[in-house]
Amino acid sequence: MGQQVPLVDYLVLGDRPHLVARQCDACGARFFDRRNACASCAQTEFTGVDVPTEGELRTFTIVAYAAPGVPVPFVAGVVDCDGTSVRGNVINVTPDPEHVRTGMKVQLATYVVGTDDEGTEAVGFGFEPVEVD
Amino acid sequence: MASDDIWILGIYMTKFGKHPNLDTVDLAAEAAMAAMSDAQVSVRDIGVLAAGNLMSPGGGIGQQLQKQIGQTGIPVYNVANACATGATALRTAIMAVKAGECDMGLAVGVEKLAGAGLLGGGGRAKSDHNVYEPHGRYGAVATIDGRIGTETMPGVFAQIGMEYGHRYGGASFEMFARISEKNHSHSTLNPLAAYSKRMSLEQIMGDVMIAYPNTRPMCSANCDGAAAAVVVSGAKLKTLGPDQQRRAVKVSASILTTDPWEEACQVLPDVNTLTRNAAQQAYAQAGVAPEDLDLVELHDCFATAELVHYDNLMLCAPGEAVPFFESGATWRDGSKPVNVSGGLQSKGHPIAATGIANIWEVCHHLRGEAGDRQIPDAKVGLAHVIGLGSACGVHILERSAA
Ligand SMILES: [Zn+2]
Repeated sequence: MGQQVPLVDYLVLGDRPHLVARQCDACGARFFDRRNACASCAQTEFTGVDVPTEGELRTFTIVAYAAPGVPVPFVAGVVDCDGTSVRGNVINVTPDPEHVRTGMKVQLATYVVGTDDEGTEAVGFGFEPVEVD
Repeated sequence: MASDDIWILGIYMTKFGKHPNLDTVDLAAEAAMAAMSDAQVSVRDIGVLAAGNLMSPGGGIGQQLQKQIGQTGIPVYNVANACATGATALRTAIMAVKAGECDMGLAVGVEKLAGAGLLGGGGRAKSDHNVYEPHGRYGAVATIDGRIGTETMPGVFAQIGMEYGHRYGGASFEMFARISEKNHSHSTLNPLAAYSKRMSLEQIMGDVMIAYPNTRPMCSANCDGAAAAVVVSGAKLKTLGPDQQRRAVKVSASILTTDPWEEACQVLPDVNTLTRNAAQQAYAQAGVAPEDLDLVELHDCFATAELVHYDNLMLCAPGEAVPFFESGATWRDGSKPVNVSGGLQSKGHPIAATGIANIWEVCHHLRGEAGDRQIPDAKVGLAHVIGLGSACGVHILERSAA
């Protein structure tokens, strides 16, 4: 089996897949990409932090019509991971308004996006409903 | 009229829709010439030109326009601010006049978009030989649109409306569709609208779903169009004729804001804070309260967007946008008519023209020239646009006292 690479550099694979962010040392604002200075307070020191893997779906849309090559329908949303807002798809769920609701509890899950010509798998992430028994 | 006031002296919008035989420069020229004619001035009176166009290749729309209508050597500012481009062009002309660099300016916005399809989204093209290599600011090895949320405009604005519904409740698919029903109904009175057919709630809800809860008629209509405005200083206006003074519309506030940092703004654009900031500044600058507004043209790029801007523009109490809409207030016979032009969903959204076309609509009513769709005795109106990225323009306009 070939190796795996994350779809984006802020996804950490391994036994416990999770997202990482750059946190402003001064005000705590978090960013998923590089910044020269904090967009919130303009200070320039950042430290890497892990983002909680569970959260609440704050909003979503069910995209039925997208750019060529993007499979539809899919659920796009914003998950509040204990104070850090994360963009992601809601996965492992039927994509209709009866099965997806704002306020629902979700958790990070990974899946294989594709395989390149050298056998390397790209692994993406989404958020799946937390089973409540 | 105070000497340092700014006035709209002339304004025009083309028919929105398909113009297969007119190119971008033709449309801009039609709007510019007609706005100057409306103002009863010539291109030789204009001291500054601000022009916006987003989607056509080539660039330099301002200079291209000059070659079509008169190369007088004046400074040209070509501006781009997403869907707020038209408002930015107008604001640029206003700033030049306000700064005393000239006493008359022309602002033009133009777009050719008919048949453009879905805007936003997509990614880099796939190559035949495919080896994962990190690219871009997120080190992505493959396209992320559709895998990590959506970049399509209908999807982004759907989430903005759904978030409001999550926070305050009451926002159903049907409620959003009813906003669209209102705007399509309003458009039946607007001969310049790209689409002016009434649509029933059932038709709107049953149409093609684009991004839940926005169906196709709940999305802004891509189309061709242009709009232009001549602005003049109060000092200059005093020297002009009585008819020009009578028809001039006062710009009581001209505001442009960008989005300040908010926690979630990097994952879902925050269109609320900058709109609220712009509205607050505009009401303060104009000395006008939301209750004073006789009509509002706001940026209903999607039905889900119109809802949140009722709140952002403080047309209702915080959190009360749903009951405010359900009261009937925003229909043309309600207490606070919103988008009596038909809005972007039916009038159309030729991007760079939109931020001047909404001013044209308000001016038309303040001058008492809106014909069948005239809001009776309209004295004060507000025009709002937002461009993702983000930029927000708010203008408050008042009828001439002359
Ligand atoms: Zn900071």
